[in-house]
Amino acid sequence: MKTIKEINEKIKKGEAVVVTAEEIIELVDKKGLKKAAQEVDVVTTGTFGPMCSSGAYFNIGHSKPRIKLGGGVCKFNDVPLYTGFAAVDVYLGATAVPDDDPRNKVFPGEFKYGGGHVIQELVAGKDVRLEATAYGTDCYPRKRLETYINLKDLNEAVLFNIRNCYQNYNVAVNLSDKTIYTYMGMLKPQIGNANYCSAGQLSPLLKDPCYKTIGIGTKIFLGGGIGYVAWQGTQHNPATKRKDNGVPNAPAGTIAVIGDLKQMKAEWLVGTSMLGYGVTLTVGIGVPIPVLGEETIRYAAAKDEEIYTQIVDYSESYPQMVPGSLGEVNYAQLKTGKIIVQGKEVPTGNLSSYSRAREIAEELKSWIKKGDFLLTEPVVPLPGAESGYAFKPLKERPINYKEI
Amino acid sequence: MICKKIVLHFPRRLVDQPIVYKLVKEFDLQFNILKASVTPQEEGLMVLELSGKKENYALGMEYLQSCGVKVQPLSQDITCNEEKCTNCGVCVPICPTDALYVDTKSRKIIFDSKKCIACELCVKICPPRAMEVRF
Repeated sequence: MKTIKEINEKIKKGEAVVVTAEEIIELVDKKGLKKAAQEVDVVTTGTFGPMCSSGAYFNIGHSKPRIKLGGGVCKFNDVPLYTGFAAVDVYLGATAVPDDDPRNKVFPGEFKYGGGHVIQELVAGKDVRLEATAYGTDCYPRKRLETYINLKDLNEAVLFNIRNCYQNYNVAVNLSDKTIYTYMGMLKPQIGNANYCSAGQLSPLLKDPCYKTIGIGTKIFLGGGIGYVAWQGTQHNPATKRKDNGVPNAPAGTIAVIGDLKQMKAEWLVGTSMLGYGVTLTVGIGVPIPVLGEETIRYAAAKDEEIYTQIVDYSESYPQMVPGSLGEVNYAQLKTGKIIVQGKEVPTGNLSSYSRAREIAEELKSWIKKGDFLLTEPVVPLPGAESGYAFKPLKERPINYKEI
Repeated sequence: MICKKIVLHFPRRLVDQPIVYKLVKEFDLQFNILKASVTPQEEGLMVLELSGKKENYALGMEYLQSCGVKVQPLSQDITCNEEKCTNCGVCVPICPTDALYVDTKSRKIIFDSKKCIACELCVKICPPRAMEVRF
């Protein structure tokens, strides 16, 4: 058994043994769990996929005369931000689109530009056009503001994603007779394709499936820079059914993450357009897993063929909230490019970039090896399977207008 | 025998002429229309797979050029902007000719422009919009 403190001492001395979540699989196969647990100090993971509940908050600095954006309207490159804060704090959501975007009026809408793209451009160092209107007060008299802004000049620019890094995800198919356009991509009729979205054996929460090391406060690779796990993500669902290896066989845990946008890189925060669906942000995340003992290694060495997920119909089942799966497949099957659904051979596509996930795990490995990146002790663990934490549907109740 | 995929640009004055018909009738060439569009008052565009005897093919090309049709090989027209591509792979099952595929070792997405028929299905479904059209 090792402690995070001991591992950090080794990292500082440049003596830590760090391997990626792919390399640990090979190592365990070759040397066994016990030997691998003794030799390895840290396993690095990675994922690079579209993550819609992402966004960033900014403090743009006070103008002269002052303006109070709270209660007003503020746009970056025509994309509206949330202004319900104090004078110059604003939040830009990844899925926001300009007011004049035709959306799905001409179906399927193209969604060429939105919040995710603005975030990428800001990180790339490009100037962004800010336009704001406010109602004016005695202390904040200004009613209009138009200016270019640049990330480097802002006071705070913080990426704060309230749900990222899903632990496992559905395979999406379309049982209907017409093409549908979803957040899982274009799905051809009669199970014409099957789209999935996970880095499988490299994905952070699949390699620590019972949240033994990842918790609130965990320091991570976020968007090419350093970030932290801020909380469990929204819709965190630890009670999802699990296999004997602890790995949930459907979407389960999530994390909320935070980090200084100014030290991130545009190649790891990519504005993304989903035809007929909307815009989003593709986010790169890598989580280091400290090897505390054999158990950590056993979890971290789970292979694609041991990680299962559900095939879900997105023409009826998903939109209508009808539970049910068309079958279970593992990531090794998905990665062959073909799976069998209802007796039909179906080509598969991944929305999550495996090659970029691998790059993240390698990058994080190099940071730790160089001694630049120390691990953190989680402040509080994420709610686990036994915590009673649940993901509930909305309970709609009719509104009685007479009583209002 | 020769078989090539080409893009024909018809100037406005030619869009009502039976030019492709002549390729068949006079030069004994076989064609498969992969894409065609004519905008009123503008130019016409046609993507063809054209096959036939080598000498006939050459004569056919000469004929097209003499009429004022601009001929261009197809492979130049759809490109993958590698700076934008994130190598996700959602395009792979959509491509009807397997011109887009996953390299099993690197897990990177390869675009084989020789197999591309310029159907453009990948263009709008590409999440970072890395597939570009240059007709």
